[in-house]
Formats: sequence, C-alpha cells, structure tokens
Amino acid sequence: MENKRPTVYEECRQKGISRRDFLKFCTTMAALMGLESSGVAQVVNALETKPRLPVIWLHLQECTCCTESFIRAAHPIVATLLLDKISLDYTETLMAAAGEQAEAAKEETMKKYYGEYLLMIEGSIPTKDEGYCCVGGKSALQITEEAAKGAKAIIAWGNCACAGCVQAANPNPTGAKAIHKVIKGKPIINVQGCPPIADVMAGVIIYMLTFERMPQLDGLGRPKMFYSRRVHDSCYRRANFDAGLFVESFDDENAKHGYCLYKVGCKGPSTYNSCGIIKWNEGTSYPIQSGHPCLGCSEENFWDNSPFYKRMPDVHGFGIEATADQIGLALGTATAAGIAVHAVATNIRKKKLIDNEEPESTSNI
Amino acid sequence: MKSRKKRLTEVYVWELPVRIYHWVNALCIVILCITGFIIADPPAILNASEAYFSYWFGVVRFIHFVAAFVFFFNFVFRLYWGFVGNRFARWTNFIPLKKSQWQEVLEVIKVDILMIKNKPVESIGHNALASLIYFGTFWAFLLQSITGFGLYAKMSQSVFPQLFAWTIPLMGGDLMARQIHHFLMWFFILFAIVHVYLVFYHDYIEQRGETSSIIGGWKFIEEDIADKEEITETAEAITKIAKKND
Repeated sequence: MENKRPTVYEECRQKGISRRDFLKFCTTMAALMGLESSGVAQVVNALETKPRLPVIWLHLQECTCCTESFIRAAHPIVATLLLDKISLDYTETLMAAAGEQAEAAKEETMKKYYGEYLLMIEGSIPTKDEGYCCVGGKSALQITEEAAKGAKAIIAWGNCACAGCVQAANPNPTGAKAIHKVIKGKPIINVQGCPPIADVMAGVIIYMLTFERMPQLDGLGRPKMFYSRRVHDSCYRRANFDAGLFVESFDDENAKHGYCLYKVGCKGPSTYNSCGIIKWNEGTSYPIQSGHPCLGCSEENFWDNSPFYKRMPDVHGFGIEATADQIGLALGTATAAGIAVHAVATNIRKKKLIDNEEPESTSNI
Repeated sequence: MKSRKKRLTEVYVWELPVRIYHWVNALCIVILCITGFIIADPPAILNASEAYFSYWFGVVRFIHFVAAFVFFFNFVFRLYWGFVGNRFARWTNFIPLKKSQWQEVLEVIKVDILMIKNKPVESIGHNALASLIYFGTFWAFLLQSITGFGLYAKMSQSVFPQLFAWTIPLMGGDLMARQIHHFLMWFFILFAIVHVYLVFYHDYIEQRGETSSIIGGWKFIEEDIADKEEITETAEAITKIAKKND
C-alpha cells in the first residue's frame, strides 16, 4: 500500500463517519469557500477520489495558537477529518512520535512525497541570529529551507508566518521575518490572523485538495475568498457607524447599547478577515460581538499600529509618542508663530520694501 | 492724499479656467479637511436612539467622497490646462528644469524668507519658489488621491476607485494608507495657512493686486517689467513659427 494512499472519503468510512456526515462536511466547506452549489459535487468528488495530501507542519517562532485554533474548527468533522485525514506527517504539537522518530518521519515524508507535500508553517524566522529558534539541532531558517525545497506549495499560518506578528514588532530583537520574505520561488498562501479562523484554515486546505491549484490571492498574499471583505463591511454594528452612534468608553451607556466601537480603537475599517461572517468557536461570537474592538490581527504590523484602544496609531521615532494630529497641531502652531515673526519683520523693513510713496501733498488742495 | 509714483499697466495673468480651478480646489480642500476631521474623530453624541433613525455619519462620509471626486477631476483638469493655458499656467513654470528658475528660487528665498535683499522678484505669474512649492503640492494631491481612492475602493462598486486599489498593499495595508492620508491632510492645512499669508504679504510689498488677481485675473505690473515680458513672449512666438516653417 506504499503507493496507493487512501482517499479522504475512504479514511472517513474506516473511522465510522457516515456518508451523510461526510456530505454535510463537504457542503459546509463549499459554502465557506463561497462556491456555487455545483461546487459541492466537486469537493465531494475530490475527497472521494484524490489521495490524501501529505503535510509537513513546522513550528517556528510562534505561540501555537494557530494549531489551537485549527483543532477547534466549527464542524466537528473538520477537526477529525483534517487531523486524521490530511495526514499530518509531521507536526511537533500533535504527533505521537517525538525526538529522533519525529525527525525521521519528516525526512521520510520529504523524500517520499518530494514535490507533492504541502508545507504548512506556523511562526516567523529569526534572521538576526539563527540560533534564536532551533528544533532538533537545526535553525528555523535551515529547517524551512530544507522543507520548502520539495514542497508543492507553502501555507503560512497566522500573522507570525505572514507578517512577523509580535516578534517582528518594533524593535524586533530577533530580526523576525515572515516566510514570504525569506523563501523565494515557491507559491505561498498567507492565511492571516492571530490566529486564523479554524474554518478558514480548513477551507484553504480543502480548496487546495479539491482544485489542486492556488486560491486567488490578494495583494498581501491572502486568499481572496476569506480576506476580500473588511471586517467593517460585514460588521453587525455597522448601522451604528453610519448613524454616528459610537461607544465613547467601555463602561458607558453607548457600550451597553452595542454602538459602534470605532472611537475606542476598532481596526475593523482597515482589516480584512471573515470574523463577521464565519465567526469563532463554532460560530459563537467574535471580538466585536463581545464588545471588544477589532485589533486588526490579520493585517501587517498590527502590533506597531497600537495603541489598540485608540483610533489613530501613535507615531514612533520622535522620542515621544504622538499622533498625527498632535504633530500636525504642533507644526501648525510653529507655522503661525513663524508667520507672526515674518509679518513683524516685514513691517520693520517696510520703508525699504515700499519706498516709492509720494510725500503726502497738501499744496494742491 | 497718499499716492504712489509707480507706472503700472494691467496684465491678464490668471485665465478664467485657472481661477475656477483655484476656487473649486480651495472649496474642496476646506470641505475635505472638515469632513476628514469628523471622520477621523466623530463628535460624541450621547443619545439613546436606534441606528435606524439616522445616517448623519454616512452623510459626512458621502460629502467627503463626493468632494474627493470633484477635487481629483479638478486637479486632472488643471494638469490639462498646464499644456493649453497661457504662459503663466504652463507646466514648464512648475518644474524647474532651467538654471534661471533655480536662480530665481534663491532670489525669492533671499528676499522673502532670509530678508537680506529688498528688491522684489520681477516675475509676473508665480515666482519660481512658489511654482516649485506648487509642484510639490501636485505630488501631495496625487498621493492624497491615491491613498484616498485606494481606501475607498473596497466600499465602491465603480471602476474608477479600483484603479487605485493596487497601491494599498504597497503601503502595507489600509491602516498605513489611512495614516499617510491623515498626515497629508495636515500638509494641506499648513500649506493653506502659509499660502494665504504670503498672498497678503506679496500684495502688501509688491502692490500688484495679488489678492484680487485670483478673482478678476488681472495684475498691476510695472510698465517696464510688462514690456520686457511682452518682448520675450513675442520673441518666443516668432521662434516657434520659425521652427514650424523649417
């Protein structure tokens, strides 16, 4: 059975998942991806006929929240299916093997499925000193480069792998870099978020399996099917925004009314994600629904665009923290002062500038 | 009675389209700044109404977007007029490619800013420093339009804003674009303050009717300077015709 890998459907049946549940899962996935109803058949067909995807899942500089999110997918079958069925050949957190055995499993997958396996990466790569992040005696950079060589495509999970997240925030002590900044020449999908929504993660994998191609990506490498809409535009509090009803502070009457969180720093208007639609934890809620402004975790540099609870980010690098308005006002005051001085100086040398006045004549009256 | 012994003549400097452009632009900038401030930091209205009953913030944003479209196409029109307008409106005024323009910039700095020279610069239209600053503002106009329409693209179904959408990822996302957009607004405000002051200043020391010229189009120019200008203009016209005949 070395060359014939079982399909996802076959493994489902073995695990005792009914065809009905399997179809439900396929429909959910197709809906998440925004496919039309005929797309469901394509997903079903793919999972029935295509062998499962070999996957290597690397953990670099990260907090494992992507994995944590992943195993909490909304559809119960998603988790089982994905964890058991896409054959996570190597993932430190979830695999039974450890140490040498684990590394051997990775080596084997890399050799056996060269050019076929999906490489999923959680975490950023330190570049200032490679030694900041080592697994099994190899640096994060070495591990990634080795694994990337034979990968069909790379999926970068979460803000760490997509943009560096908190490690890359100013002053970025480890020189943390996103995967796409280090690895060139491989198709990379940035599945953004801190962490990404579990169902989004599942959706991307199923898409790759079904269509065997890269999903459409936006300018920042994020799959468009999940990251093309602003959190703001899919927000259920949006009507309050348009009506100019805002929460002024977290304990005020407006907060109780569930008004818009724009003025307490919501980054929804500049954040692209599916939180407002798919939501979290089996569709229970998402930050804004629980009264907390969006932090913009699926955007680059979201840590540096702090403070989280103010509309305008502070500007760094002046020694003091200041917003654009404070700087603008200071410059405006300086300009007004400069003008005042200039006006006074002009009047002092008025005689020299305007010296062509006729003497006031009184003779001809 | 006080009077001046200057011999002045009237020169038509700012053509009607230039004047219309100027005032439309000024109006747009005022509207965009006011609505921009409101959008960035909306006033606190503590009432317990339902969102259903009002749409004022949406209206403010709508005004901002409409003004932005007017601002942009007004700007595009001005660029066009830089190729077909009179000698004072020409694009060559704004891009200092000639050595004489840079010399005049230095001259203006000496007279107006350092105040170490007293004889005002003779140019009839914009002086070279002003032109250079306007060239800078054109870039600010462009960048403001790019960031603005780039941000607007996601809320719009129309094709035009989508033309700017590609620039947002280059800036690293919406928030950075927003930040640039907000900073540039302050550039516009500072520019307006200095601009208005300098108009008064020049009107005061040069006595050419600078302030009213942007309403009526005419400036009072010293006869000898106007004559000199006319001679160069005629000479230029002759060389142009000569070139054509070749």
